[in-house]
Amino acid sequence: MAWTPVGLQHYLVLAAFIFCTGMLVMILKRNAIGMLIGVELLLNAVNLNLVAFSRYQVGGIDGQVVALFVVVLAAAEAAIAVAIFVNLYNNFATIDVDRADEMRG
Amino acid sequence: MPSRLMIFLLGSMLAVGSVALAQEAGEVEVIAPPAEPVAVAASSPVDVLLHDGLFYLFAAVAVVSSLGVVFSGNIVRTATWLFGTLGAVAALFFLMYANFLGAIQLIVYAGGILILIVFGVMLTSKSPWMRFNPKPAEVFGGCVVCGALLVTLISILLRTNWSAAARPRETSHSVADFGQALLTDYLIPFEAASVLLLAVMIGAAFLARPEK
Repeated sequence: MAWTPVGLQHYLVLAAFIFCTGMLVMILKRNAIGMLIGVELLLNAVNLNLVAFSRYQVGGIDGQVVALFVVVLAAAEAAIAVAIFVNLYNNFATIDVDRADEMRG
Repeated sequence: MPSRLMIFLLGSMLAVGSVALAQEAGEVEVIAPPAEPVAVAASSPVDVLLHDGLFYLFAAVAVVSSLGVVFSGNIVRTATWLFGTLGAVAALFFLMYANFLGAIQLIVYAGGILILIVFGVMLTSKSPWMRFNPKPAEVFGGCVVCGALLVTLISILLRTNWSAAARPRETSHSVADFGQALLTDYLIPFEAASVLLLAVMIGAAFLARPEK
């Protein structure tokens, strides 16, 4: 197998792998904070894709600026999510997402 | 149960959509604007080798620690593995000459979000149901869905012709470039992000108020 220098595809494959593990984390963890960790993995994979395209395909700064906005959104989402989980814990004495089903019809 | 069912459905839909995309991927031409000419010195073979070696090192760290995130049962260990992935992604940003973004990644993710997650774990850990082991059927189903998604994504990536890649950029954007972009082309998203941060601050303070 010929040696190919690391390029766009390598980064994209790595990002796809991280995306799939993040999704697996969201499926498997019943702990709400575990699901938050899965979302962080997903967003990191997306950022990796954005920066890789910005370097290898487009060459401008746009991809990196969008990645910066993704980081801002991730920070905001994590702050609110943890606040909600603490409230959930105060009300249900657990953060198991399967036990907080009071609104089930 | 319904929440996980929804994620299952989402994953299956993504996998099916990717299969549909994969069937077209053979003839899809990737449209890319002509890359702006970047004056770079030709990189020597040693540089290329060093870059590749570092890429594989950090990619291995990212892969191993994201697998650790998936398969560790203890939530504190999960958060620790997450630190490995975030750090490796930050290192890859530096490797791709995205220095500012790498620094932001380290500060905001590793310094902020991870600490927030650990605080969340500590505040919610005294629960009678702290073992969250999924059932074997769930592990099997999740692995099947995510494995299918991964295989289709990788097959698309390897079959697509990424032809337009010109010489990759070999210098970092400066912080001044970021400021320029944020205050000209991206002014409205920038202001929206600042309003969002204000709303998040108020919302978090409201949610965390003491019970009366």
